[in-house]
Amino acid sequence: MAKTDVKTGKLERYGLTDDQLRALLRNMLLQRQLDNRGFQLNRQGKVPFALGSEGHEALQAGAAMAFDRGKDILAPYYRDLGLCLGIGLTPYEILLSIFARASDHNGGRQFPNHYSSKAAGLMSFSSILAAHIPHAVGAAYALQYRGDSRRAVLVTCGDGTTSEGEWHESMNFASIHKLPLVMLVENNEWAISTPLEMQMAQPEIWKRAAGYGMPGLRFNGFDPIETYGVVKDAMDRARSGGGPTLLEGMCYRYLAHSTDDNDMTYRTKEIVQERRKNDPVPRFEALLVEYGIMSEKDVDAMRKDVLRETNEATDAAETQPYPQASDLYTHVYEGAWEPWQ
Amino acid sequence: MAVSSSNATSTVMNNVEAVRATLYEALKNDDRTVILGEDVGARGNVFLITKDFINEFGSQRIIDTPIAEASIVGIAVGMAMEGLRPIAEIQFADFIYPAFNQIVGEAAKTRYRSNGEYTCPMVIRTPYGGGVRGALSHSVSIEALFYHVPGLKIVAPAFPADVKGMLNTAIDDNDPVLFLEHKKTYRLIKGEVPDGHYTIPFGKANVLKEGTQLTVVSYGLYVHWALEAAQKLQEEGVSVEVIDLRSIRPMDKGTILRSVEKTRKLLVIHEDNKFGGIGAEISAMVAENALFHLDAPIRRLCGPDVPAMGYALPLEEEFMSSPGEMAEAMRELVRF
Amino acid sequence: MAPRVDTSFERHGLTDEQLVTLFRVMLTHRTLESRGFQLNRQGKIPFASAGEGHEAVQAGAALAFERGTDVLVPYYRDLGLNVGIGLSPYEVLLSLFGRAADHSAGRQFPHHYASRKLGLYSISSIIAAQLPHAAGAAYAIKLRGERRAVLTTCGDGATSEGEWHESMNFAAVHRLPIVFLVENNEWAISTPLAKQMAQPDIYKRAEGYGLPGVVVDGMDPIACYAAVKSALDRARSGGGPTLVEAKCYRFLAHTTDDDDRSYRSREEVAERRKGDPVPCFERTLLERGIMTEGEVEALKRSVLEEANEATDRAEAMPYSQAHDLYTEVYADGWEPWRDIDG
Repeated sequence: MAKTDVKTGKLERYGLTDDQLRALLRNMLLQRQLDNRGFQLNRQGKVPFALGSEGHEALQAGAAMAFDRGKDILAPYYRDLGLCLGIGLTPYEILLSIFARASDHNGGRQFPNHYSSKAAGLMSFSSILAAHIPHAVGAAYALQYRGDSRRAVLVTCGDGTTSEGEWHESMNFASIHKLPLVMLVENNEWAISTPLEMQMAQPEIWKRAAGYGMPGLRFNGFDPIETYGVVKDAMDRARSGGGPTLLEGMCYRYLAHSTDDNDMTYRTKEIVQERRKNDPVPRFEALLVEYGIMSEKDVDAMRKDVLRETNEATDAAETQPYPQASDLYTHVYEGAWEPWQ
Repeated sequence: MAVSSSNATSTVMNNVEAVRATLYEALKNDDRTVILGEDVGARGNVFLITKDFINEFGSQRIIDTPIAEASIVGIAVGMAMEGLRPIAEIQFADFIYPAFNQIVGEAAKTRYRSNGEYTCPMVIRTPYGGGVRGALSHSVSIEALFYHVPGLKIVAPAFPADVKGMLNTAIDDNDPVLFLEHKKTYRLIKGEVPDGHYTIPFGKANVLKEGTQLTVVSYGLYVHWALEAAQKLQEEGVSVEVIDLRSIRPMDKGTILRSVEKTRKLLVIHEDNKFGGIGAEISAMVAENALFHLDAPIRRLCGPDVPAMGYALPLEEEFMSSPGEMAEAMRELVRF
Repeated sequence: MAPRVDTSFERHGLTDEQLVTLFRVMLTHRTLESRGFQLNRQGKIPFASAGEGHEAVQAGAALAFERGTDVLVPYYRDLGLNVGIGLSPYEVLLSLFGRAADHSAGRQFPHHYASRKLGLYSISSIIAAQLPHAAGAAYAIKLRGERRAVLTTCGDGATSEGEWHESMNFAAVHRLPIVFLVENNEWAISTPLAKQMAQPDIYKRAEGYGLPGVVVDGMDPIACYAAVKSALDRARSGGGPTLVEAKCYRFLAHTTDDDDRSYRSREEVAERRKGDPVPCFERTLLERGIMTEGEVEALKRSVLEEANEATDRAEAMPYSQAHDLYTEVYADGWEPWRDIDG
């Protein structure tokens, strides 16, 4: 957990104010609550599918805080609920996505957790691993080409995606052109059922950066403050013409891959329980209390508030209408969709 | 180089020059336009289509990419989502397969999956087709692999004037367009190209020759040979209508149906292999809409269903249909 | 024979005879390649590609290849490697002429050889597409517990492809018996290294995959032999994969269809020609007293005669016939429509 300056005994907070630290926690609590909500709704038979990112909360809250709203671009993957929240998506928008309602950004077309919002700088993406990384590179190229200074692209993926050819092609192209891009790998050690050692012979993904001639760095993704500091540095470098960075944030996937997965077929309860001891959410709560940034009562109130907000969002989204059958035929092309004309 | 004709409003060009002139105009007129692909810079593309562009427009707009087709298309998708108007080049259509997901799974679905919030205005240009001793990896036709895909547009103009008009349309289009250039027509086919900016809409076929006894639908290199065959038959007193499809998705229903209802016979000719090819869709559409206008079965003269044309001359010749074979297929169907 | 004067000569255990073999493969490589260009200029064949500058790395690698045991999955600029593992000049010429007796029956482009007997895999022209095949073959060898290895090659350009990355990663995960030899000639057709990658040492990427990376002077056939030999030995004995980067140069244009004057200067090429591995190795052999000038001349004559004879023989062979277009599509027939009951 967050480093303490040994000399002063003070928290290393990378310039974050108390308000910002509390915002980090709120984001983390909200992530977990919304993740749970997706699973609950699935168990209640209300939604066919949900996807959890428990274990990624600290990493995503920290990275989101380094994102410059209204300027930067985020090209996330499907396990980035917290990151999307952190850059401005509302719980209501998340629930619209889970319920696949008409007023969802995608009009209920995409799987849950596949957000997009032009207003938020959030690029549309598919479920296909690594397919979004060249898009992020293309967007970064556009920023550089137009001379949009002080803007950068934050692109994320899991450890599994680093095995894809497009990951390599994108890293290579970004480094050749010194693009304003941060490649943030959220290493949760599992590609659905495939553990790291079956994915790569040496487990330190950040070390591949040297082969591309770009800086690479590994950090503790359970620490939202350290994550913020590391991602902020890399984003600042990208924004100021310093080129791309490969970041590897170490975290863990506590839940199964999705509501359709049973992780007990490939890992034991004991392993997951052992790793739960590092759960970033209670640890960050404790840290804020320890350093007097929040009282236990404050934390409790925040939890309640997050639950209230989630409940309200759930109710509001659930009562929204589905898209209509005729909506199947819109947005195929700009104009008509019929192939015969 | 292109030569100005006596008519001051047009210029005689071949297909390479038409592509080149249109790309040049796009680069000149819109600084959102960038070209990316293998060897498009100093080499000026392997057919010299982009020769010297890098000197005029700079290496930021004429991007020599590493050999990595999936990311050539994928990066273009991201550029398009972020407001540029990229023109990606796949050096030979045969090299497009690594980019299949980016074209089919990403570019064609971006608008749809984001409910119109993000779009993918980009062009993917690629030379295709055989008859140039290109063997297994420099000869293929790829249109049938992609024309099944909603969200994608595919055109294959065969004449320099159409190349210019349709490439302009492709560049202006707000959706991804796969722009196919038959490489054997590159220098073989010359024609008058109107000067100045103009566009030709997609989904509009062109009746190259009117006739009464048989409708022939073709595109690409073969439309030239089909026309040659039809003109030969004209001398024999047989009247064949030749339609240049030009646009594969969307496809022109009206022109085909009106022609078939007049001639009552249909022959589709294409270089791509027959099974599941463009001719299959045209045949099904005509059967659905005009079955009782037909006086003969629909016929298709297509490439054989083998993986590719071989390098050795007899293998290539066997794969390709000649104007003579086309004339024979026309005679046979007229006689039916 | 002149006495050997330089005892520091590092020959990595190669006998005089093997050194002469290296040189013969290099000369054959160059001669056959020139022949391809000549035949193209004479209008006898539509296409040829060239690997001038790759002679040393290919002759060296081929000598490290264990015939009858190892598997070679090459790329299209590997004429010398193919000749070095046993392909005859006649077979090369059959490929250039696209004749029926060619291994692919004239289907493939020149220099896309395949020979099951030689352990030489069939390849396409698609960059990097052969590398996953090589990894798959190595997996099969490992699964069966055989003491064999796969040598697979590509140019610098192919290392930008996703399939290169995927193959390296998979080979490393499974510690496969495979050697990835990158023949880095600095040019991907017209694209120089600087536009292909931000840092130019491809072997340095090996660490990221958790496998050894080695760099070698690709103009030195003995050094190339040693590097590939030690990597193949390690692969055969269960030590896993190696990435070997041989730095060489492409002296000619990409193919007969390319004009390299549009993207690189004559001065650059002339400067690099000074390091031409063929005359350089000839000098080495003469200086070390391994061959006399007379022996070198005789060898060159013999290689040329062999090439001439192969040319005449291959040219006189027939093309495939039209009906050969329809064979070997599937194990049974080629028609997609079937009427099993009728």
